[in-house]
Amino acid sequence: MPEIKNLTMNFGPQHPAAHGVLRLILEMDGEVIERADPHIGLLHRATEKLAENKPFNQSIGYMDRLDYVSMMCNEHAYVLAIEKLLGIAPPLRAQYIRVMFDEITRILNHLMWLGAHGLDIGAMTMFLYCFREREDLMDCYEAVSGTRMHATYYRPGGVYRDLPKEMPQYEVTKWRNSKKTEIMNNSRSGSLLDFLENFVDRFPACIDEYETLLTDNRIWKQRTVGIGVVSPERAEALGFTGPMLRGSGVEWDLRRKQPYEVYDKLKFEIPIGINGDCYDRYLVRMEELRQSNKIIRQCIDWLRKNPGPVNLEDPKLTPPKRADMKGDMEALIHHFKLFTEGYCVPEGEVYSAVEHPKGEFGIYLVSDGANKPYRLKVRAAGFAHLSAMDEMVRGHMLADVVAVIGTMDIVFGEIDR
Amino acid sequence: MTIKDYFFELTSWLPLELSLTLWTTVKIMAICVPLMLSVAYLTFAERKIIGYIQARVGPNRVGPRGWLQPIADALKLLCKEIVIPTGANKLLFLTAPILALAPSLAAWAVIPFDSTLVLSDINAGLLYVLALTSLGVYGIIVAGWASNSKYAFLGSMRSAAQIVSYEIAMGFALVGVLIAAGSLNLGAIIRAQDSELGMFGWFWAPLFPVFIIYFISGVAETNRAPFDVSEGESEIVAGFHVEYAGMAFALFFLAEYANMILVSALTAVLFLGGWLSPVEWIPDGIHWLLIKISFFLFLFLWFRATFPRYRYDQIMRLGWKIFLPITIVWIVVISAMVVWKVPPWFANSAI
Repeated sequence: MPEIKNLTMNFGPQHPAAHGVLRLILEMDGEVIERADPHIGLLHRATEKLAENKPFNQSIGYMDRLDYVSMMCNEHAYVLAIEKLLGIAPPLRAQYIRVMFDEITRILNHLMWLGAHGLDIGAMTMFLYCFREREDLMDCYEAVSGTRMHATYYRPGGVYRDLPKEMPQYEVTKWRNSKKTEIMNNSRSGSLLDFLENFVDRFPACIDEYETLLTDNRIWKQRTVGIGVVSPERAEALGFTGPMLRGSGVEWDLRRKQPYEVYDKLKFEIPIGINGDCYDRYLVRMEELRQSNKIIRQCIDWLRKNPGPVNLEDPKLTPPKRADMKGDMEALIHHFKLFTEGYCVPEGEVYSAVEHPKGEFGIYLVSDGANKPYRLKVRAAGFAHLSAMDEMVRGHMLADVVAVIGTMDIVFGEIDR
Repeated sequence: MTIKDYFFELTSWLPLELSLTLWTTVKIMAICVPLMLSVAYLTFAERKIIGYIQARVGPNRVGPRGWLQPIADALKLLCKEIVIPTGANKLLFLTAPILALAPSLAAWAVIPFDSTLVLSDINAGLLYVLALTSLGVYGIIVAGWASNSKYAFLGSMRSAAQIVSYEIAMGFALVGVLIAAGSLNLGAIIRAQDSELGMFGWFWAPLFPVFIIYFISGVAETNRAPFDVSEGESEIVAGFHVEYAGMAFALFFLAEYANMILVSALTAVLFLGGWLSPVEWIPDGIHWLLIKISFFLFLFLWFRATFPRYRYDQIMRLGWKIFLPITIVWIVVISAMVVWKVPPWFANSAI
């Protein structure tokens, strides 16, 4: 009798549920996974090396492209690292803006995760519902930075510019008559903060809508309860962070444990799971959506009452105003120096981490006193999560692999860097 | 003069056997052509309805409001090359789509559209339908096996596992109908539902659990969401038809949608009184059958937009541990109701 061999299957890199370019070699006995071997590196863009060859401020844009669904949080860690080395702190208003956009980013990321996770398990309507709300937040990105995704909005010493006083409007097209356009422009008549407040007001109802479709759905529960269980001890040992760790019942959140910016002034709660399965991680993230919404509301209230500078008035660090450059020799020189040479950062090394939507996102930065980093190392949350793939799916079925990939919320931009 | 007389007068110069065969062919065409058209527009309806459920508009560019979209899709598929993968069993690879489509068309032979309109009024109609609907899965299994692809192979394995868990529950559900109606002829089954109770006399009322189970099994049998594990978009890419392109793929597509319409029609005939009218002021007729079919088709689309996908072992559990016991229990219940002539439904049953 011939020897019975396991079925080896290539899951990705071209696969609808591979979340980008994950290549997973699955050894299966029928549909039961015996071994899962994730292969990475297909999206490697040498971000860390590129950063070594550029002035500090020019690498901010690369950070957006690491985890390309939570752009501003990546920037945040990098900007914080530079600020730590420089020994500066941005104005309070800038800190509030950063926190607000961190939370907007968290919602963006979790909505993307929820949509993709739903789609993986077969609930395809979730995807479109989530993208409907993402669109509004993308508009906020666009309003402050000019781009929908790769914003480069956070700068050492503050943010690029203050929140805009008005939102862009839709125009009448062949496919959209004036009445429809007016409805779409309804929430856009005021400033960005008005627009965001409108969003924050209706977003909890949207979360309820998602939960109606999934939380008590028997099929959803059958597909996620008891799948990919990680004990709290293992989760810590494997280097899990963020919702993956909290889903296992470990209360660990950098926003609370090592508060940065103004998180210690804001009221929010940290949801944790009990069983450490996909369903708990789902519930944790859903609650995080609500908490982020709360934080955004607090930031909006503060930002309305407290106008002020959003950038350090340090000509060596922040570019001068365009208007000043027209007549002021010094401003022109500063501008030229800043955009060619950049600025030098004191010698030293620093690790700065933020509570990224996916977990702890850290930047380890070594400076030798030049205008470029000597070494930059990115600590991506997804990398540690993906390493646990084998442990999480072993003994489960093929369909559960998809659920586990979904629950890890992996994005290859940050894993491959 | 009816169309039939006119046709025979027109072909009177032919031998009688030949003109009879021709007449049957014409009748088959009269079923298949509208069926294929409804399949085309069912895909359009699906994209539109799911589009609106998902807060978007669906296809609206080809033709006025997108009404020519299915035609454009069909033309595209016709023009595409049929790629036969290396190492595939060519004969089986090309037979499989036909094997999938043929039963879903053939089963329409016994569906009564109204009290007189039926292609073949055979006595064992219900058995014939049961036999043909189960045959369709061979197309899927053969396709998965012949493709020489691991994804397709897993798809066909899942399909086989799924079918053994649903056919039985479905068969028992039909036994319930058989007992209640006392006949295997589909026309007779509908006539047995015609009573002074109106729509409450239809079999969905006395056979309610069986009715639900039959429809769910029907969804599973057509491999539609949430039971689309053999296609499993996000797990095994497209499952059994991952290697198919062009017209070969289109045949699977046609088969799936024709099967959806068939299952809806059968549910309407067996449990919702087929052509019978639920209200006094609108007469019986084919329009009622079409309305009922549309209702069930809408349910298909609604399920697809709402539910996540089952894992295939969970489908088997549902089939064996839940549906099978319920149907068996209900067979006993319905038998007792028929034997003891339980009013209001079986007060004057024949047994």
